[in-house]
Amino acid sequence: MTGKAHVFGDNINTDVLAPGIYMKPPLEIMARHCLETVDPDFTGSVAAGDVLVAGENLGIGSSREQAVQALQHLGIRVLVARSFAGIFHRNALNFGLMAVACPEAGKIRAGDWISVDADRGQLTNQTRGENYACERLPEPLLTMVRDGGLVAHLEKTRGGK
Amino acid sequence: MQGICHVVLAERGHLRPGMFVVGGDSHSRTGGAFGCYMFGVGATDMAGVLVTGEIWIRVPRTIAIDISDPLPVGVSAKDVILHLCARLGMGGARYQAIEYRGSTIAGLSMNERMTLCNMAAELGAQAGLIAADATTASFVRAVGADAGDYRDWQSDPDAPVSQTHKVDAATLAPHVAAPHSPANSAPVGEHAGVTFQQAYIGACTGAKLEDLHMAAAVLKGRKVADAVHLLLAPASTRTTAAAAADGTLAALTEAGAILMPSGCGACAGYGAGVLAADEVCIASTSRNFQGRMGANSSKVYLASPYTVAASAVAGHIADPRDFLQGDDT
Repeated sequence: MTGKAHVFGDNINTDVLAPGIYMKPPLEIMARHCLETVDPDFTGSVAAGDVLVAGENLGIGSSREQAVQALQHLGIRVLVARSFAGIFHRNALNFGLMAVACPEAGKIRAGDWISVDADRGQLTNQTRGENYACERLPEPLLTMVRDGGLVAHLEKTRGGK
Repeated sequence: MQGICHVVLAERGHLRPGMFVVGGDSHSRTGGAFGCYMFGVGATDMAGVLVTGEIWIRVPRTIAIDISDPLPVGVSAKDVILHLCARLGMGGARYQAIEYRGSTIAGLSMNERMTLCNMAAELGAQAGLIAADATTASFVRAVGADAGDYRDWQSDPDAPVSQTHKVDAATLAPHVAAPHSPANSAPVGEHAGVTFQQAYIGACTGAKLEDLHMAAAVLKGRKVADAVHLLLAPASTRTTAAAAADGTLAALTEAGAILMPSGCGACAGYGAGVLAADEVCIASTSRNFQGRMGANSSKVYLASPYTVAASAVAGHIADPRDFLQGDDT
């Protein structure tokens, strides 16, 4: 998985990812407001296959899954952060969105081309020619993400029942 | 609509010491007040639990928060947790389980314990826990449930903890968290005089029966300032009924509070009370992230029900202790 990095700081919360006042309209409308509080240009510049990079505690706050769905809708394919808030991390994996914790995420700059090898727990910054070690997810979670998330995984492993 | 799930689960006897529970909200950590291990997950995780009866969890380490001495008049569990948000930082607990303990906790009611565990979410804790004791057992029995062997659910004396934080409750002042993070909290004096258009007593963390009692202790016989409106959204329909029966609701509405339905409401950006552009609100809720309660340019200050009520009367952020002198509250 290779994509262009969009870089954010620490404590990016679920209210800026999925603002409460846009929870009732359809997802595509809410997604237009994803992260506008911290970067009004984000939704205009993000493209399919891009990588969202953040500092500590990405996704602190609510359990709302729309925080993940909005990013997916906009085309984000991988999340990289120095650390994740617990529920947001689970939600991302449950929706089949790879989310890897990387202590060196702070070395990535906006626009860098990043490739993530989640199976090996390695991230490559192609723009800078650097490799960063990241936390390798346990095998059952890697399998779930590969299957497309929790629902798809349960359908597969439980015969669609 | 019965109210906010965290309060409804407790008041209907669904939480008992020793249970392992998941709920579909980040403030599901509230259940830790009952000696349950309870945490929040997303809706898909909940569906997985319903289908399989199973869930995975990365086992957290433990942070001990030792709180000693009784809280002073006008200071509540909300002030303790706002103080901790400033001290540990937003997410400072880094997915660990917090155990609140010490003589302050032993003397706290279940409503107040729920507030502490609820806002373990703001500390980024995986769970916020309080060991079950006689207070827990008597609450659980009063709502018709079996407290079981509640004394069994204690931490081992030699259980490892990664950090210990001590809080001296006796010297704690009422706290207010400035926009846009609960970690921006400081003693109320630092924000005294800030004006606002709306005061809001609501949410799982700030509109339980005892929260309403705190507000009424300040508001009884007083009036909300002309320049502000005070919205009151009790956490559950049973809370509203109990507050009506004991005279609390009358004290609040006679002071000028506007009664609203029970639910997450404006705290999460829904329904009446959502903030327009540039509006400022002081709220007994749990989070004040930018844009959470309405327009991006709106601002939310977080405080205890005492402080929200005192500020509503004053028309600006005010110290509730000035309204409670001589009261035995």
